[in-house]
Parts: sequence; C-alpha cells; structure tokens
Amino acid sequence: MQQSWSQAKAAFAAVAVPPVLWLLLFFLIPLGVIWAYTFGENVGPVTIDFTGTFANYARALEPLYLGIFWKSLVVAGLTTLLCLIVGFPVALAIAFATPRTKAWLLLLIMLPFWTNLLIRTFALIAVLREQGYVNFALEWLWNNASGFMALVGLQPLGAYEPLTLLYNNTAVVIGLVYVHLPFMVLPLYAALDRMDRSLMEASLDLGAGHLRTIWAVVVPLAAPGIASGVLITFIPALGAYLTPDLLGGTDSQMIANVIERQFKRANDWPFGAALSFLLMYLTFIAIAAQAFVQRKAERRG
Amino acid sequence: MTEVSPVHTQADNPASPVKAKAIISFEGVTKRFGKTIAVDNVTLQVQEGEFFALLGPSGCGKTTLLRMLAGFEAPSEGRILIDGKDIAALPPNKRPVNMVFQSYAVFPHMKVSDNVAYGLKMDGVAGDEIKTRVEEALDLVKLDGYGARMPDQLSGGQRQRVALARALVKRPRVLLLDEPLSALDAKLRDQMRSELTSLQEKVGITFMMVTHDQDEALAIATRCAVMNRGVLTQVATPADLYEFPNSRFVADFVGSVNMFEGVLEKDEQNEAQVRCPELSAPVYLDHGVTGARGATVWVALRPEKIEMHKRTGEAPKMEDAPPGMNVVGGVIRDIVYLGSETNFEIELEGGRRVKTFRSNLTRYDQEDFTWDEPVWLAWHACSPAVLLS
Repeated sequence: MQQSWSQAKAAFAAVAVPPVLWLLLFFLIPLGVIWAYTFGENVGPVTIDFTGTFANYARALEPLYLGIFWKSLVVAGLTTLLCLIVGFPVALAIAFATPRTKAWLLLLIMLPFWTNLLIRTFALIAVLREQGYVNFALEWLWNNASGFMALVGLQPLGAYEPLTLLYNNTAVVIGLVYVHLPFMVLPLYAALDRMDRSLMEASLDLGAGHLRTIWAVVVPLAAPGIASGVLITFIPALGAYLTPDLLGGTDSQMIANVIERQFKRANDWPFGAALSFLLMYLTFIAIAAQAFVQRKAERRG
Repeated sequence: MTEVSPVHTQADNPASPVKAKAIISFEGVTKRFGKTIAVDNVTLQVQEGEFFALLGPSGCGKTTLLRMLAGFEAPSEGRILIDGKDIAALPPNKRPVNMVFQSYAVFPHMKVSDNVAYGLKMDGVAGDEIKTRVEEALDLVKLDGYGARMPDQLSGGQRQRVALARALVKRPRVLLLDEPLSALDAKLRDQMRSELTSLQEKVGITFMMVTHDQDEALAIATRCAVMNRGVLTQVATPADLYEFPNSRFVADFVGSVNMFEGVLEKDEQNEAQVRCPELSAPVYLDHGVTGARGATVWVALRPEKIEMHKRTGEAPKMEDAPPGMNVVGGVIRDIVYLGSETNFEIELEGGRRVKTFRSNLTRYDQEDFTWDEPVWLAWHACSPAVLLS
C-alpha cells in the first residue's frame, strides 16, 4: 500500500483529474467569463464588448445600490445574530443529551434539508399569511379573551384584526432564520460536543453558576465553532434570493434580487456581473475574518 | 467483617487516626445509572486531616463516589454529610470541597494566574486579596513566576500544579483528587507522590483521592477504602490493608499474593490449621480464625513472606510451627532479576506455581539459585492471612 501520493502519481492523477477538470470547466472558467463581463459594455441585445471599463463598478457603488448592499448586510447580520441566539441553547441541549436522544435531535435539525427550499418557503407563507395558522391561533386567543371579558362584565374586545406578517422585512428575517438555523446549530454542536466536560465541571466546582460557566468558559472555548457557524450562516443569508423574493415586500429587496433583475429583466449582464463580484468580495472578507478568529484560537491550543 | 487475628486489629494500630472527628460521612449511599448499580450502599467516614484514598479497579464506583461528594452526581439513596450537614441540596458551586480533575481541566484560554484566581473571583474576594492569595498558592505548588504563562506553555506536571493551586487557593474543607498521578510519567509520579504528601501536611486540609493504583494508595494515603463493584470491601490503613486483607479481592488487588483454597481443620483460641490440596504440608497458624470447622477458606501468602532454602537433605523446621508444617518442596521454574530483588516462580510438587521475592542483599546473591533447582519453601505461622470470603 502506497502511503504517499507522490509515490503513486498515476493513481493520484486518476482520482484527482476528473474533479479538477470539472471545477475548471464548469466553475472557474465561467467565473472568469463573468469577471471579464464586469469590465464590459452592452453594445447590443446579446453582444458585450470587453472594453476594460470601470463604469459597472462605479455604478454598483452608487448610493442606491450601496444602500441595497447595506440592507443585505443588515438583514444577513440580523439573521445570523438571531440564529446564534436561538441556535446556541439548542446546540448546547443536543451536546448534553443522552446518546439516544442526541441522534434523534440531530435528525430533527437536519429534517428540513429533506424538503425543497421552495416548498418550505411556501409552507411558511401558509403559516404567516393573514389567513394563516399564526393568525388563526391569535384570533382564537383573542376571541376567547374577549368572551372571558364579557363574562366578567368588562367591555369585550373589538373584532380581531389579523396581523400582517408577510411581505415585509420581518417576514424575510423570519424566513431566513428558519432556513439557516441548521447551518448555525451543526457547527456549534460539533464544537460543544468535543469540549472537555471537566472544564465546565471545574468551573462549577470553583464556585461559578451555570450562566457564569457558559459565559466564562463555554463561549470562549467554543469561539472557533461560533465563528464557523456565523460564517456559514452569514454567507448564504447575504446572498439569499428565494426568501426575500417570496416573503419580502417591495422594500425588502436584497442584493441577490437586484442581481437577478440585471441578468434577466434589465438584460444588463456587465452590471449584474459587477454587483455579483462585489458580493463575492464581501464574502471573502467575511471568510478572512473567520480564518483570523480560527487561527487566534488555534494558537491558544 | 472478617477479623483475621484478634491480636493484630486495626483499632490498636497507632497509625490509625480514628480519634479525630468525621469531616465527611457517607450514610448508606447508593447510586444507580439506569439498571446498573455504580455505588452500592456505601457507609464511610473520613476524618479531619486524613489523606484518604478510594482504591479499586476501574468501574468499581470510586469515581462516582467522589463525584457525588463534589456534587456532579446525586445519590439515588442515602445521605452525604460534610461537617455533619447534609449537602444534598447544595449545587457543586456551593459545596466546601474543590476538585483536581484527572485531565486537570485547566482553562486553556486563561493565564495561569487567571486560572488560579477564577474561584476567588466567583466568591467575590477583593482584588488585592486575590492577588496575594494567587501568589501564595502558586508559591505553594512551586510555580512562582509562572502566573503570566498560558497553560499550553506548561508541561503536564506543571498543569497539574496549576489545578492544585486553583483548588487549594479556595481553602476548601476537603480537596478531592481524581487519579492525580495517572497522567504523569513514572519519574514525575514518584516525585509528585511525596510532594502531595508534604503539601497536605503543609496546608492541613483533608485530601480525598481516587486511584486504581495500589502502590500509589499505599504510598500516599493515611487510610484507604477498597471498592469492588460498587461495594466498600475494606477500610483500613495501608499496612492493615496489605497485611490483614479481609477478602480474596483485597488480598489480590493490593499487592502480589499466592492464594490457596483449603479446608479449616482446626480452629482454636491460639492456633489454627488449614489443609490445602495444592500444598503438600498443612498450613499452621499461631492464631484462631473464627470460622466453622470444615469450612472452605483461602490462605493468602505474600511472596516476600516465603523463605526459600536450598534443598539439601532434610526439610528445614520452622520453630513456630509443628514439624512438617509450613514447609513445602518445589523446583525453581522461572527467575526474573530486577536489580534490587529477584522474583522466583517455584513449581510445587502438585504442579501449582508459587511466587516469591528475594532481596539481593549482596552483590552475589543472584547467583545463589538457578533454574530447575530443587528448593524448600517455608513461612512463619503468623505470615499467612486466612480469608473466609
């Protein structure tokens, strides 16, 4: 058995060449083409001249589009924060569950992946719309409260006004949190699960309560896991397209929706490409930040 | 339960510190995990100032007992008292005990001084006092000047000292040590043994240690409890544990032993006699055994208590036993030279093999005996321990 690929170049090549070719042909080259478009100009309905212009980038940095970038960052950031706040206790609970329960809980976390995102999003619409289950439940509570007040001789409440939960920014954030929660929970769980339990016990033993222990010991030691969770939640949330498209209102556009419009309805590929690459640069910055946190944590051992 | 000898009891051993007051008491403590019983009805008292060892093979429940004391597990039945007060309602962070974990559990993201200060901060001790006490504690474990280091810059032994300082700085009523020496290499382990002893003398705190290593327990502890399958088998000083084991389990677990099954043929006030099928001569004892005549008993004979003589002519006579007793013949089958001593394995006439040690008193001792040499093995009437269970 060869231990190092350098001694079995043929075997290594047989395994490595197909995926490398695949990536080159269907990912890197098209990406390069799109990158070239960012310096091009529309000269006809389907013709693009590569003129080396920076006009597309200049336009992408206009306040209108910067505003949408900023908004996408805020929405993605808020989504990530909410996922972290909801996901951390969930991950902690899974990590501390008995092995049997743990397997079931992990299955539940991954269950949504078995369904298409589109179907899940439509299901969410059924839950959140004015004739949806949230409003039904609230209406039932409202009517019962009203009936109770009438019973004890108080002025009954007026007719129930259904809440508008859809087609606004709140709906987009709710949808994004719902979709991205597993991405946050899994890396957090992985980090918490491999943490030495005796460190937490030592903290308790030395007089810290549970919350102090989580704050002073668990969170700092789970920092690399938190950083990966934040990253793999933030990046897809930043580029989210379907959720803002289906759940958002007219003012809930995120950058992916604008990019889509450039490529399709506006038929302005160079500008769409420039917006896409700006988004990618942002993503790279996020990855670099995560790598920095990781390295700092590793240096600590 | 089984008192081997009415003459040598645990109570009149001067090393046995039974006069002090109980600091910890376990009263009928049982711990079940599902269907398995980890700790089975343990009643035990640890006295103020003792260095107490819980000794037993892995899975015997000793660590569970320690963790119940620290508050990480709750007893299924029974009570645990510290200074006479039931601590069931106290969470781990409110108990007057501190623990040194097997993995040390030094916080990797904190400096050494912050690790040691952690417990004091939790107690709301003032900043100035924290500083002095942390320095004192690091001094105590010989880590002065290491405060600014991160744990990954320390060796395993130094990390353990941090864990010790971190626990001792809180001045607990009892310091708990979970397998404190198991992760250290042999040289360091010997050094830490004596350091732990002197540390305990210096701080005057009661130490309670869990170990599976009988050498460690005998060397460090003032008193040991041997556990087997959740049950407390024997609680005694190290010497009593070794010389007066109360069961086959203890005799076998603590030290090396030759065990022979036999029948009690005679049991009187001042003498007893056991016939073992594997031994060609009866075993004579200079004390009573308090067993029923005809009962099955086990004779436990420590290797170093067996004398070995060259087999020239008549069998040697042991002056404290009737003629023909406590002497058997055999042939040397294996010799392991260990420098300070030599271990021999002797095959008896019936085929049973027996271990014996001989100190190499002179530089030529090891040349005395050789393979396949016929020898006599003999022992004194007070040497064997007779075990009823």
